[in-house]
This record gives sequence, C-alpha cells and structure tokens, in this order.
Amino acid sequence: MLAAQSTPDKEFEQLIVAFCCNWCSYAGADLAGTARRSYPANIKIIRVPCSCRVNPTFILRAFLRGADGVIIAGCHPGDCHYTSGNYFARRRMTLLMSMLSFLGVDKARLRVEWVSAAEGNKFAEVMTSFAETIKALGENVKLRDLRCKK
Amino acid sequence: MQKIEQLIKEKARDLLAAGQVTSVIAWQKGEMFYDNAPGYFDNTEELDALVYNAFCAANLSKYLIANTKKDEKTAVFLKPCDTYSLNQLIKDRRVQREQVLVIGIPCAGMVDINKVKAQGLKGIIGITEDGDNLTVETAYGTKQVARAEVLLNKCLACKGSAYAVSDETIGEPMAVKHAPYDRFAVVKELESLSPQERFAFWQEELSKCIRCNACRDICPACSCEQCLFDNPESPLAGKANNNSAEEQLFHIIRAYHVAGRCTDCGECSRVCPQGIRLDLLNRKFIKDINEFYGDYQAGADADTNAPLLSFDVDDVEPGAATKGRE
Amino acid sequence: MWQEGTAVDLKTTITAKSLKNIFFPQIENLLAFERQGQKLSLEQKQLPAEKTIAFGVRACDIASFNLLDKVFLKQPVDHFYQARRENCTLIGLACSEPEETCFCRTFGIEPASPTADAAAWLVGDDLFWQPKTTKGEELTAAIKDLFTEAEGGDKIVAEQQAQVQALLDKMPLAGFALSDEECSKQAEIFESEVWEELSKTCLGCGTCTYVCPTCHCYDIRDYEVNDKVERYRCWDSCMFSDFTNMAGGNPRTTRLARFRQRYMHKLVYFPANNEGAYACVGCGRRLQKCPVSLNIVKVAKALGVTKNV
Repeated sequence: MLAAQSTPDKEFEQLIVAFCCNWCSYAGADLAGTARRSYPANIKIIRVPCSCRVNPTFILRAFLRGADGVIIAGCHPGDCHYTSGNYFARRRMTLLMSMLSFLGVDKARLRVEWVSAAEGNKFAEVMTSFAETIKALGENVKLRDLRCKK
Repeated sequence: MQKIEQLIKEKARDLLAAGQVTSVIAWQKGEMFYDNAPGYFDNTEELDALVYNAFCAANLSKYLIANTKKDEKTAVFLKPCDTYSLNQLIKDRRVQREQVLVIGIPCAGMVDINKVKAQGLKGIIGITEDGDNLTVETAYGTKQVARAEVLLNKCLACKGSAYAVSDETIGEPMAVKHAPYDRFAVVKELESLSPQERFAFWQEELSKCIRCNACRDICPACSCEQCLFDNPESPLAGKANNNSAEEQLFHIIRAYHVAGRCTDCGECSRVCPQGIRLDLLNRKFIKDINEFYGDYQAGADADTNAPLLSFDVDDVEPGAATKGRE
Repeated sequence: MWQEGTAVDLKTTITAKSLKNIFFPQIENLLAFERQGQKLSLEQKQLPAEKTIAFGVRACDIASFNLLDKVFLKQPVDHFYQARRENCTLIGLACSEPEETCFCRTFGIEPASPTADAAAWLVGDDLFWQPKTTKGEELTAAIKDLFTEAEGGDKIVAEQQAQVQALLDKMPLAGFALSDEECSKQAEIFESEVWEELSKTCLGCGTCTYVCPTCHCYDIRDYEVNDKVERYRCWDSCMFSDFTNMAGGNPRTTRLARFRQRYMHKLVYFPANNEGAYACVGCGRRLQKCPVSLNIVKVAKALGVTKNV
C-alpha cells in the first residue's frame, strides 16, 4: 500500500509532462520562445501529431513513472489540422478525468487546454498556472510506482 | 428450464444432423451440478452432456471470435443479455455475422453459487429448481433458498427478455424476478464520498488483485489479438501485483478500453477469484457516457457509432463535467 | 498477517487464495542495483528473519508445503523460501466441515489429522492441541498457560475425525482416484487427442495457477527507472502467452500446448521426478474459481488416468 498523503518536501521539484499537438500548441510553444516569454523549465514537452494521438495509457504511464502533472494541449475545437481529432480527444479526456476523480485522484493533476499557434502568450500563461497548481498539490504519490524510489 | 434444455438439445441435434452447422456452442455438465461450463458440441453423440439450468451464467459470445476465423458455420445459444455482447463483437468486426447462427433462449436469471454458500451452506451436493425457490441439498442437511436472493449480481441488472440479435428463438420469454435494483447505486454512493475516501476504497479493493487476468480474458469486449499487458514489447507487460499504482493502471486501462463497448454483462465481476467489484469501473464509464453524451447501451445495435468514436461540437469540456465531490 | 483487533475466521474450510504466498510471495525483490557514474552498486536483499506462526492451516495446504519443499529445498536451495519456511511454526487445523469440492483423500491426505508442527482440532467451543515436532513443543511450552490437560480429548477428536470421513464419503468427488500406472504413460498422455477438446474453452487466464497451492513457476524481471534497477521475481503462469518465452522462441505457442503443460506437470512430470507424488493436494480451489469450470478432475477423467476405488 502506498502512503496516501504527499510528503511535504523542502524543495519540491515538480515534474510536468506536456503533450503538445504539432500544429497548434507546439507551434504556440515556439512562439512563446521567440517572443521570449518564459515558462517553468520543469515542464517537459512531448510533441504529438494531434491531441487525439494521446492514448490515456500515455498519461497514466507518465504518472506511474513519476510525473506530478500531465497537460494535453491541442488546437481549439473546430481548428483541428485533421478536422476532428481534438473533438475525439475531448471526449476521451473528459472520461479519463472523471475516472481519475472517481478513483480519488486529484483531477487537477491532469489538464486539457486548447492553445493555437498564434497564442504564444497563452501557452506561457497556461504552463505557468499549471505548474503553480501542481506545486500547490504537491508530489504525486497516488498514481506513482514507488519502486526504485528508496 | 428443463423444458428449454430439451428444446435446445433437439435444436442442436437437428442442426448437427442436417449438417447446417459444424459445431454448436452451449453449456456442458461439470463435476458438480453447479459448475456447468461452456462447451463445444461437434456431433450429436456429445449432446447428452449439454445442459441448461440456473448455473449457465457463462457468456458464450467471445468464443465466436475464434470460431468465425475458420471457414465454417457455428450455432450458438445465447441468453438475452449475451446477445448484446455478440452484437457488439459484430459491430467491432470481430465476429462474422454470416458465420454464426444465433439461437436466443429465455432466461429466468442465473444463480450465484457463492451467494448460496454465503447463506451458511457448505458441502452442497444438489440443487433442485422449484419455481421461485431452490432446494439445496448439502452433506449437512437440506434447505430452501429464495431464488431472488441468490441471483448473480449481473442478473439484478437484467436487460430484459428481448434479444439484441438472433436468427431464431426458442421458448417463451421469461422474467427475472428480483427486488428493484439501481445498477448505478454504488457508483453514486462512491461519488458522494470525499476523494480521500474514494481513494481508500479503491486501494482496498484493487490491492486484492492477483493479476490473474480472468476479468480480461472472460470479457467479450476485450478482444485484442494481443493485449497491451501481454505484449513483451510493451513497457506495461506486467505480470505481478507489484503495487497498487500498477494495479490501478491495469484496471483503469482495461475499463477504459472497453468504455463505450462494455455492455455491462458483468462477467468480469462474476469470475474475479478475489471478488473485486470491477463492474463499478465499467458502470462509472457507462454512467458518465449516459450523462455527458446521452443514454447509450452498447450492443443494442450493430451499426451506430460508439460514443468514443463520435463527437458533438458542443460536448462538455474535460474537467468541467466530473461528477462527485472534490 | 494478523494484527491486534483483526477478526479471526476459523469457519472457512478453504480460503480463496492458497497459502503458498506465506513462503513464496507473489512478488519478491531479489536485488537492487544502481549506476553511479562509472560504478555499479549492488544491493542484495536480506533474507527474511521474521519469526512467524501460521495458525489454522488445513491439511491440504500443509501437504502443499511438502510438495513445494521438493522444489525449493532441493539443490540449488531457494534461500528466501528456506528462510521463511524455517522461521515459521505451522499449526494445522483439522477440517470439520469439508466442502463439496474437497478431494484431498485422493492424495492420501487426512483432513482431520493435519501433520504440522502442532495440530489443532476445533470441537464446539474447545480447541484441542497436540504438538508434533520440536518446534511445536517449543511453541506449546511458551504458551502453556493457555492449555489444560484434556480428559478424554482423544476420544472427542476421534469422533470428529470419523464424522469428517463420513461427510467426505458423501461428497461428489469421494470416489475420485488417480492410477499411478496410467499416469506414468508420458508419451501416450502427451499425444492424447482429448487435449484439444479440453483446452478449447480455456480462457488462458492465470486464475488456476494463482489460486493453486502447488503451482510454483516464477518469472524474474527487472524494473528500471533511470539509473536504478530492481530485480524481482513474481509468480508466473503456464497459461500466459509469454510463459517459457526465451531467446530463440517459445516452445509452447498455442493454448493447447500451455494447457497440456499444466496438467502434464501435475499428473505426469512431477510424480516422475518426485517418487510418485502428484502436484495436487485436492484443495478444490480450481474447481471453485476457474471461470469456465475446467479442473484436474475433469482433465483426469477425460484422459482416462483415473481408477476405481
């Protein structure tokens, strides 16, 4: 059994995985970079062709391997490069979030945001606010595999 | 039910004798009187072992995946609830419809031998069905049990006596008699708990898991050629019950993978050797789908798109719609 | 593991899970290693030193430990198993209410006369106790305040034993026995045509192997995160598709082959290598738990390796 409460670390170094759609959000991250907008360095971006490429298993596995938060960023509904990918992703993530909450896990550890290629500022803001949320929530212990941790 | 057993035998005999089908899938007698098992009948001599009574809960639909890969026709006897699973398999293109002869048979609800035993009965050597009652004969004496009290959990959520798919039917429709039952009651109850209580509940429940995979292997919706959790190339090919986090992952992914295709046949919970309430995960998804995207019954038809294979531009946003206390 | 306040159930005859877990846990860490620059540090897991008592073990489960001993205590000895086994004092509890799935007598096990470090019989509200080994004597001496000398205890116990025998005679598997001669015909059984029919409905799940008290196959795997690795062993099941998968391929690629392996092991290979001892104790767990009601009784009957008693 895992200890269900997070251990208050002195220096809690959160690890956040961001799945970014190639066409919108990843380009948004680029724009944030060229505009010299900063966002927390502990967010690791994984580029995916479309938000609907994100299999729920990827998310759970990220948590299992130690991520404290996972964010999926895709094109705004209606703007999908593949016409409808993000609509499917939306349904999937809705159900996954609801299930995580059902299992007693903070659903705030998982976030879905729609960020277009033109929204560099929004990208930086979203990532910063998500990092703050995760910092407040503390370390993920409910979904993490604790082996090799001692 | 005895009369129906006779009708099934006659039907199977006719089909095999006329060469209309190569094999028949039904239930065969076990070692005890209650452990009837799925069985293949390839010739008329084998039919003596065919049985149909209150202990034929096994859903036979899944066997058709293997059967329709061969170039032959198979007859299968399905209870009303089982036809939903078959219909879903047809929809998922895992079963070739034209290679199956579906014969619908009525059902008055199947009995859970564990519930019978839970009434303090041990050493059970015989049960006779007698209308709404069962007479249980044990090495320690005889006792009467009300059928409604020992029905399988899955039968309490009976979908009714209509068949979702069938070529022929046998016998008159029967009703499953039991007290009113809300299949989402426990899901709602869990939703009303605090996250910490819910987490504790699932830790307790899932820590019982021994990773035998019975839930997956019995599930008619779990029809992958090779499961993610078996694939040696997959980083998730776990085998042991390492810790609760991994069990959690296994069960969420499994429930997720059948979401929108799970007909709520209840086989996973029925076969779990550790008695884990796996149906609650499936029912949570069903309940969410119903509430977010409109009522949906998987397997009710063989052509409409499943909820996760369709969308609406006005769908709720993730996170905005979670049910339950935060 | 009992903790203060946990309710004790002495009524259940056969537990859902077998007790092999106490000596051969489903998962056991063997080794941890970590890479530190150019160095590799190794940490071998300590052998369990905890002294334990297993109370209320049924005769079939005790017999299963004797079978597991033949596997794990043979050279090369499994030190983890050995340490747990030696640190444990086993208290057998005689069965008083056998279940219909019980067939321990097929394997010469006496359910009402458990052979352990100490044996116990529960008759009404009285618990009769008899130490059987030095370990049992030591434990008895340590808790001797709990006991009084039972007048006529032998007679009361003998009565219960007779009752249990009579009950078992009524059970459906009372007449089930295996023929040693038939079971020694390895090639013939292996080639039998009935395997196909029998294995057709098998789901390939691991329920049978995991609830079985004598199944003992395991797998060794690594769990790795960055520079750290934990090597563990865990129960394996011959029903799983990756069973005996090795470099060069898998010798058993079909469900039939894997299903056959399980019963060949129990009925043929194990007795051939262990003075005729079948790798089954008749606990009936598989009869209770198999999702599609396959079991050793059904298989043995289909193979024709039974005999009349």
